[in-house]
Amino acid sequence: MNPRLPNSFRSGPDERGHFGKFGGRFVAETLMPLILDLEKAYAVAKADPAFHAEMKGYLKDYVGRPSPLYFAERLTEHLGGAKIYLKREELNHTGSHKVNNVLGQIMVARRMGKKRIIAETGAGQHGVATATLCARFGLECIVYMGAVDVARQAPNVFRMEMLGAKVIPVQSGTRTLKDAMNEALRDWVTNVHNTFYCIGTVAGPHPYPMMVRDFQSVIGDETKKQMQEAEGRLPDSLVACIGGGSNAMGLFHPFLDDPSVEIFGVEAAGHGLTQLHAASIAGGRPGVLHGNRTYLLMDDDGQIQDAHSISAGLDYPGIGPEHSWLHETGRVKYLSATDDEALDAFMLLSRLEGIPPALEPAHAIAKVKELAPQRPKDHLMVVNLSGRGDKDIPQIAEILKGRKQ
Amino acid sequence: MTTRIDTRFAELAKQGRSAFVTYVMAGDPDLKTSLDIVKALPKAGADVIELGIPFTDPMADGPSIQAAGLRALKGGMTLKKTLELVRGFRKDDNVTPLVLMGYYNPIYIYGVDKFLADARTAGVDGLIIVDLPPEEDDELCIPALKAGLNFIRLATPTTDDKRLPAVLANTSGFVYYVSIAGITGAAAADSKVVGEAVARIKRHTRLPICVGFGIRTPEAARAIAEKADGSVVGTALVDALQGSLDAEGRATPKTVTAVADLVAALAQGVRGAKQAAE
Repeated sequence: MNPRLPNSFRSGPDERGHFGKFGGRFVAETLMPLILDLEKAYAVAKADPAFHAEMKGYLKDYVGRPSPLYFAERLTEHLGGAKIYLKREELNHTGSHKVNNVLGQIMVARRMGKKRIIAETGAGQHGVATATLCARFGLECIVYMGAVDVARQAPNVFRMEMLGAKVIPVQSGTRTLKDAMNEALRDWVTNVHNTFYCIGTVAGPHPYPMMVRDFQSVIGDETKKQMQEAEGRLPDSLVACIGGGSNAMGLFHPFLDDPSVEIFGVEAAGHGLTQLHAASIAGGRPGVLHGNRTYLLMDDDGQIQDAHSISAGLDYPGIGPEHSWLHETGRVKYLSATDDEALDAFMLLSRLEGIPPALEPAHAIAKVKELAPQRPKDHLMVVNLSGRGDKDIPQIAEILKGRKQ
Repeated sequence: MTTRIDTRFAELAKQGRSAFVTYVMAGDPDLKTSLDIVKALPKAGADVIELGIPFTDPMADGPSIQAAGLRALKGGMTLKKTLELVRGFRKDDNVTPLVLMGYYNPIYIYGVDKFLADARTAGVDGLIIVDLPPEEDDELCIPALKAGLNFIRLATPTTDDKRLPAVLANTSGFVYYVSIAGITGAAAADSKVVGEAVARIKRHTRLPICVGFGIRTPEAARAIAEKADGSVVGTALVDALQGSLDAEGRATPKTVTAVADLVAALAQGVRGAKQAAE
């Protein structure tokens, strides 16, 4: 046994929000009292059976859970190895896993009496989920989105506005997800008294990485039960894409203490790891940004570098701190897929299964194409299909048109 | 151990005068101009200098200071060069207190121990690191105090009486009261409300209290100087600098004087204050 390994991979974070050396609360003093309030409110909610009962009701009847665990028969045949199951998070209301977390945070916000909700979004899936639940509960909703992403994810911008949210294009910095997060933090600092910041991934200051993970763990909990029903045992491997890493953490966390389960996270390698990419673990190192210590893309002076991915949802120069810890302990293996590999995987799944994945989980499918053929036919592999591809169709059509020319 | 900050505030207290604290971004728009500006500040009436460390993602700053940081980075500024700038300033001035203000990541990547040693040697007196609340004191605050630097903490309108002792526990040099909940360069603070806040913090500490965020004019600086031990002006100076640049964002012959003239006007406002707070 490696003496550095913990007894459990599921006991983190500690009371200061640390997963090993990662995580923490690196925020301005103005926000610190709010974060402590949130930590308290969430602890009370977590211990309250009424909170869980309410969540369960909405997850079932509003979100449409449980999401199916679907045997991808033709993809399995095509790859000729492991038996591949898709966890169909794209079938949730709003079209992705993001709604699981937003529902939880909106429930907490309501308990705290907050009437104004702010969010950052990359691909727009978190923004859409937030706009949706704000509409449902009659809350004011402001979504910060990088101006570059506003342009490439137009359908989601329209959807958010239709739902009554105000979408603010962020022009600062690189005009993508990290800048949207900076701008959301600036809003929060300015409107501390009535505002709840609904973070979309397992990053940010404690308690966000833990809280978002808890809300997303419904994915892994269901998968465990569904696989037991389908195959009578645990899966042998799990694969999920990672930007900040919330869909991956939601699938992985319930399985972390099952040593027989191999776990793979897939980062976005963009144009390739030696060029512009968004793979923080493969190409970054530990640093401090957006309230936590984690792997980040940066230069030798500690300046944050531009990320690049074809997928707006993965276009972030960091990763959730718990992933950084799972990487350093070796419990999860982190791989990466390029823009082109993701596009090919998008087409493959569309053609073989009639399921166009979002460009984000297309990165996971891209690695399944490599992992599945290397494994025996009785190997059970679960892929988190975290979102549907509808939002990406205009962008993909453009790219394909460009290729034909 | 006494730093230049402690000495300066003790002198000002004797004179019954409130301090004028100026903020400029290191390397904005280039290293040489920036050094000339910093050298001009004490002559124009600055009592304490805050020097911004440029960072790509300044989460607590408004558009002006964000842009200043990006100009500096574009001009090749780094933390190492920021320390060079401090050394350049110290060649001619060994009395004006100088505080570095910024975010943690560049320091973390530089290496905390090496940074503290180099900063002290260069002539830095204190640090204001926006994203290090007392909950993360082990990271830099405690090592900085051990290295003989002041660690100046921000207190804000959201810091209530219950939390103040934790915020003040390892603070030294002075307390920086952020007069509004918000980012730099945002709305101005009401001096009456600020006076009450300063009085509240004074019940918890004997350290001098400087007030910043939202002070742009000599009148506003004067109003704050009547309530606090010091007033901090940053965004207005950065805006004056920006206004003096050419179309490509480069320094012009007017750049240094644009900042120095505004500092002089603001310093007069501060010196016109009736009397510093007790």
